[in-house]
Amino acid sequence: MPLQIVLNIIIAMMWMFLSETYNFTTFFVGYILGIILLFVLQRFIPDSFYMKRAWKFFLLILLFIRELVLSNIDIVKHVYKPKMDMQPGIFALPIDVKTNFEITLLANLISLTPGTLSVVVSEDHTKIFIHAMDMPDVQESVSEIKNSFEKRILEVTR
Amino acid sequence: MSGTWINLIFDITICLSLLIGAFFLISGSIGILRFPDVYTRLHAATKSSTLGVAGIMIGAFLFHYVEHDIVSGKLLLGIFFVLLTAPVSGHMISRAAYRAGVPLWEKSVKDEYAEVLKEEQKRQAPDS
Repeated sequence: MPLQIVLNIIIAMMWMFLSETYNFTTFFVGYILGIILLFVLQRFIPDSFYMKRAWKFFLLILLFIRELVLSNIDIVKHVYKPKMDMQPGIFALPIDVKTNFEITLLANLISLTPGTLSVVVSEDHTKIFIHAMDMPDVQESVSEIKNSFEKRILEVTR
Repeated sequence: MSGTWINLIFDITICLSLLIGAFFLISGSIGILRFPDVYTRLHAATKSSTLGVAGIMIGAFLFHYVEHDIVSGKLLLGIFFVLLTAPVSGHMISRAAYRAGVPLWEKSVKDEYAEVLKEEQKRQAPDS
């Protein structure tokens, strides 16, 4: 995969020099041309076409943004409620992802989902302790959220 | 610029994103003042600040692009780094607070980390 990205950037640079305009737009056009070239020539280049993985990463980012907006609306609801009637608490969530990068990504995603904030990753990296704004509310949705997040993250990193 | 309609639409989008950003920042600040303990306050601080700052930066980015024809990479990078760092800082602050012994709000219903931490400290106590 790194080889393909380097190739793609080289093609973009070449396009920039060939058209003799050195700005971002030309680079971008060159990059898209490079993607097309790599797609056509993928039989001759090692590893599978890297845009597949990039597309999955893009979907992950979209999910991230959606959760971010939802959680903001949630927090605003809590802020303007006249009575403080939420029931905060800390609970443990077992995780399947292994490497540091994946755990960081998952903890960040959890922090930005509605009503949850990751507090501690346990020492043996098997659990994340999560502070929830409103326990009864969160626990229904959390397993579903966790499953979809973990699946997406594993798709991107492996 | 060519069509006035397009300008109008861009203006409205810029105003909207700035207003949304400012609204979320203000409600985040009110949340920091209103919520009862460190952890719930961190909820308000991390979440609303990310979307607030992102909204304002998107507004500024569109403004620069429409009015001055500048694609400002700095603003996009700013959004990226705020999105990256806010949850991390929230995580670290809450972890530090917990390990320093800051209590949860008295109405909290559950605390599964307390036992684990106690065991951990018991295990480490003989060494130190």
